[in-house]
Amino acid sequence: MQKWNMIIDVAECTNCNLCTLAIMDEYVDNDFPGYSAPMPKHGHRWIDILQNERGQGTQLDIAYVPTMCNHCDDAPCVKASWNEAVTKRPDGIVIIDPVKAKGQKQIVDACPYGHVWWNEELLVPQAWTFDAHLLDHGWPQPRGGQVCPTGAMRAVKVEDSEMQAMAKAQELEQLKPELGTKPRVWYRNLWRYSTAFIAGSVSKEVDGIVDCVEGAQIRLFQGGSLMATATTDNYGDFKFDRLPPDSGAYVVSITTEGGMKRVEANVTQSVSLGEIRI
Amino acid sequence: MSIASGKFKVILFGLSKALPLAAKFYPAYAERLTERNLTAQIMARDEEVGRWFKIKNGRVTSRAGLHPNPDVTIAFKNATLGADLLTPPFNWLNQINAQKDFKMTVDGPEDLSNWFAQTVMLLMSVRLDMGVPQKDGTIRYCNMANGGPLFVYVKDGKIIRTTLIDFDETDPQPWSIMAKGVKLTPPRKTTLAPHGQNSKAIVYSPDRALYPMKRVDFDPNGERNPQNRGKSGYVRITWEEALELVSSEIKRAKRLHGPGVMAVSHGSHHTWGNIGYYLSALYRFRNAVGHTSVHHNPDSWEGWYWGAAHHWGYSLRVGQSETYGTVEDCLQNCDMVVFWSADPETTSGSYGAQEGTVRRQWLKDPRLACKVVHVDPFYNSSAQFLPGKWFAPKPTTSVAMAMAIAYVWIQEGLYDKAYVESHTEGFDKWKAYLVGDEDGVPKTPEWQELETGVPARDVRALAREWGRKRVYLAPGGWGNGHGGACRNQTGIQWARVMVCLVAMQGLGKPGVNMGNLQWGTPVDFNFYFPGYAEGGMSGDIEGTSLPVELYQRMPQLPTMNTSNQKIPRIFMPEAILEGKAEGYLWNGKSIEHQFAKVNYPAAGHAPVRMLYKYGGSMLSTMNNTNRHVQMYQSENLEFVVNQSIWMEGEAKFADLILPACTNFERVDISEWAALGGYGHHGQQQLNHRVVIFQAPAIKPLGESKSDYWIFTEICKRLGLANYFNEGMNEIDWVKRQFEASDLPEYITWEQFVKKGYFVVPTEKEKLRAPVSFRWFWENRKKDVPEPLPLPSDYAGEYLKGLQTQSGKLEFECNSLIRANDPERPPIVKYEPSWEGPHSGVMYEKFPLMMLTPHSKYSFHTQGDGKDSFLLNIEDHRVKVGDWYYWLIRMNPQDAADRGIKKHDLVKVYNDRGAVLCAALPTERLPRGVVHGYESCAIYDPLGEPGKSIDRGGCLNLLTPHKTQTKSTHSLAGANALVEVEVWDGKVEHMSETFAKMEKAAEAAAAAKVEDAMVMEPAK
Repeated sequence: MQKWNMIIDVAECTNCNLCTLAIMDEYVDNDFPGYSAPMPKHGHRWIDILQNERGQGTQLDIAYVPTMCNHCDDAPCVKASWNEAVTKRPDGIVIIDPVKAKGQKQIVDACPYGHVWWNEELLVPQAWTFDAHLLDHGWPQPRGGQVCPTGAMRAVKVEDSEMQAMAKAQELEQLKPELGTKPRVWYRNLWRYSTAFIAGSVSKEVDGIVDCVEGAQIRLFQGGSLMATATTDNYGDFKFDRLPPDSGAYVVSITTEGGMKRVEANVTQSVSLGEIRI
Repeated sequence: MSIASGKFKVILFGLSKALPLAAKFYPAYAERLTERNLTAQIMARDEEVGRWFKIKNGRVTSRAGLHPNPDVTIAFKNATLGADLLTPPFNWLNQINAQKDFKMTVDGPEDLSNWFAQTVMLLMSVRLDMGVPQKDGTIRYCNMANGGPLFVYVKDGKIIRTTLIDFDETDPQPWSIMAKGVKLTPPRKTTLAPHGQNSKAIVYSPDRALYPMKRVDFDPNGERNPQNRGKSGYVRITWEEALELVSSEIKRAKRLHGPGVMAVSHGSHHTWGNIGYYLSALYRFRNAVGHTSVHHNPDSWEGWYWGAAHHWGYSLRVGQSETYGTVEDCLQNCDMVVFWSADPETTSGSYGAQEGTVRRQWLKDPRLACKVVHVDPFYNSSAQFLPGKWFAPKPTTSVAMAMAIAYVWIQEGLYDKAYVESHTEGFDKWKAYLVGDEDGVPKTPEWQELETGVPARDVRALAREWGRKRVYLAPGGWGNGHGGACRNQTGIQWARVMVCLVAMQGLGKPGVNMGNLQWGTPVDFNFYFPGYAEGGMSGDIEGTSLPVELYQRMPQLPTMNTSNQKIPRIFMPEAILEGKAEGYLWNGKSIEHQFAKVNYPAAGHAPVRMLYKYGGSMLSTMNNTNRHVQMYQSENLEFVVNQSIWMEGEAKFADLILPACTNFERVDISEWAALGGYGHHGQQQLNHRVVIFQAPAIKPLGESKSDYWIFTEICKRLGLANYFNEGMNEIDWVKRQFEASDLPEYITWEQFVKKGYFVVPTEKEKLRAPVSFRWFWENRKKDVPEPLPLPSDYAGEYLKGLQTQSGKLEFECNSLIRANDPERPPIVKYEPSWEGPHSGVMYEKFPLMMLTPHSKYSFHTQGDGKDSFLLNIEDHRVKVGDWYYWLIRMNPQDAADRGIKKHDLVKVYNDRGAVLCAALPTERLPRGVVHGYESCAIYDPLGEPGKSIDRGGCLNLLTPHKTQTKSTHSLAGANALVEVEVWDGKVEHMSETFAKMEKAAEAAAAAKVEDAMVMEPAK
């Protein structure tokens, strides 16, 4: 049985918000019986774009992560609902029946991702339906996948085994996999959001003129072990990325023709060391 | 009876049958016939043959022969002409000529004659079948937003959804480019900008102006209370009352004061569509009525028009260059793209939606081996999307950084000396300035560091890399200018120095050009469809580019404004308040046109006493706009009418509001991103050229009406309706536009109306436009498909060389030598901003430089406010309490120093005014720089306008309106000095403008008292 999955590439998301706008366009003021009651114009974020600024100064990196109902295969909302108000379709999509779910606020509380939203006016829990009403009419993509200009958001309908293979080959990750809910939303390049880096810029002064040092050998140590190596570019810049946040003290050792230097860095979040003069 | 009169009679007989038949089959037509009771006669004057048509309570009776007392008579000189002009398909040139030569005349009350003509014309369109039914019961129409083409799904008279357009199997296949072994192909669909996807929300906005409204304390026959504009409320009136008021005020003002008394002011943009666009229907209307035009400054082009044009010409592109073929050349031959104050991911190339995004994404493919660097004080969206080295010069200072790059190139021999020798002029002069021979100051990287804050070592490294690589320089959002640093105080210098940099590297060589993949796609440039600047139905052969091509293809009655008076837009408040203003001409015919002065008032004209305003944009898009608040409250404006879709911005300063509908509620036609005029071939931002039939998806909401309808009705009361609309309905103009284009070669009118869109076939690879400037580099005749510069602007042989006097790239500009302007020396020199770190006391008081670039999610005022979906985007506005606040971004250290935390309400202020914003500390800005977008839609002062803090986010209340130089009519306000502090809850903030006014009033009062005291003894 082929099932729907959403694949999101964090490196290609520009925060244009076309997906969030398309969702508002689709659901605000529109009732799709059996799928979804209208979405309130304000207050709900069925697709919510998280962001993380990493680093300081001019060595900055910003990543955006669109999040939404994960259509989990082991969905807490299904378990929390009464009267089969929340069901899992054979194609993987989780639907909160807007009639049966009326008054069931516990469905909102059950979602560990915060992606079931309470409609105060209609007293129903709501989530992004994967635009099932459109897919059921033959649309090849949900609204977000259709409107995304970079292909950062794409839905695929494949066998679970195929999805597993893709996830492995493309290093796809899920949000909070440790919860064991088996999300159907997958992320590529999530490290841009979730990890930290140490960056710096190496320079030297010769005859009163300061220049960038290209080709300096940079080594990263933690607890005395060599973790990684890098070489500075023509701006003297180096960067060690994909470090765990809060991973503590590191030592950066810089070797150039002119000499050597060691700089300490403490990683809670990303650290831009700025100019390091040799 | 002649054969001709026999044919004429048959046609008229046919018409007598067609009218009731149409009513029988089409309820809309039957309803139309109930609108008026009249007897209309169509006749030939020489043979006195004709037929009359009596329409009463929806019923049509008709007889051959002449009626003794018709209400309306349409007379042709003879039956031959009558038969010819009434037989479809219509030859519009013959129609127009008959009117011009008085061979066809219309007699009778304007309302009835125009109504009858439109009713007859409606026969041509009433049967049209629009839209494609869908499986889910909706009907799919098409439309065009400023943010891209849309499918519009409608059910039961309601817009259900709007989406981009996915091409079907009958649409053309896309083009491909082979670059470094990689085949690059754009997807077969259109894209949208965020404001385009926001369309449904703004159509159904609760802020729509849905009924004509009169200011409650405005009495045209008594107290007008101009001082209360912006403060008093409104009372709903009927359309009849509103139209009577505006037309009688036009007549009154002209009669009382004289010609030119009415100024017409519109924003720089409008809802999309070639007939309803401001350059179309509004221009025809304002010319028909006569007006003082509010002469625009070259908006987002500023530095290019007033500066760059002197180095390379391109005055008909407002100083920005040709861009053909650059996408292919950049991808194939370029090693590095330098984005300099360029953020296409935010500005979408104005109308290009996310089309460029798709192409720039290709740059991320390591196989293309093309690096990217970014120069911008703000780590902008393009820098986020395309990682590369980021240089963050202080606003207004990057001119110095550019000069230091040129300095390094000179010192290290890293520029194309042969090219400079053969293709440029005046380099030695500039070189002497750069190395310090002229003023003793070498423009070294260390020198620039003091100005820009960018480390000298980084600039040196960039200069060296650039000098060794094939580089595309991408200044501004379009990659060849537009937006960005050309809009601040040093914008002229900046645009100039950008041209100088590419000139040193050999502009036109493979891989060396200007661009950032926003413009220059290989689409078909020979397929003709008019851009909006071609004037649509305006008939305006002076104020639009109509005469270039559309006027011949779509003959129409010409229109001409009889008033020669212009107000330079930047100084509009001064013109009204002080009665005089001075600016300079924006006219691209030649480089030198810009030296001509625009003086208000014009000799012999009446001062402006009435304002016809279109929309609500000025307060947020012009600079230091408390001046505009004051202007509106001046008794010098006896009447202000605002024709607006939404109650926003300064709409609430009008005496009368005329509610216009959106482009989703009226019919129109357009091509995506087709600017025409100064933006010739704007379609080269697109991956596919797409022409749209903009079907009316829903009926106009409330009592709102199309601009065309409003103008027609006003014109009826001035006896001008038949002149204004030529007896046509909007859809008839749409069809004329269709027929004027190359569309009929590919698709029938009926098919086009039904399907709603047409994708222009992909150009064959061997027919693609050549690369811009390649001809120049290779010393050939110009071969790119743009009809400019004008033939007489070539100093030598036609098509050989550039528009400059030398035909070369001029480091030392001949046009500026002739102009002898101390602020614009012949070679570009660095003169620091008058609103920055060199501003002395002002900088001490207001130490933060505020950037106000174009917004990312809204398009100027469009899409913002209006309770739209955009409010939910946290990088657009943030809800604090019960209000969505505009964002002011600042460096975290600057925020911490002021005790400011994320989303705190802060007062952003200077002497010009104060704006309440939500703070967003971010590493995206260096210290000392804050960032907030300009052009929000909301102006909402918490107290007295002009004397209190605005919570709408109108940052242009704070920006300087002084022009970049005295001799240019150029906006300089993209940078302003401000202070930011946690809001203390105080509402009052006296603006400089109002303080001066109050002081002047006090002085006047004191003088009066003094006079009275002097007079006393005489009592």
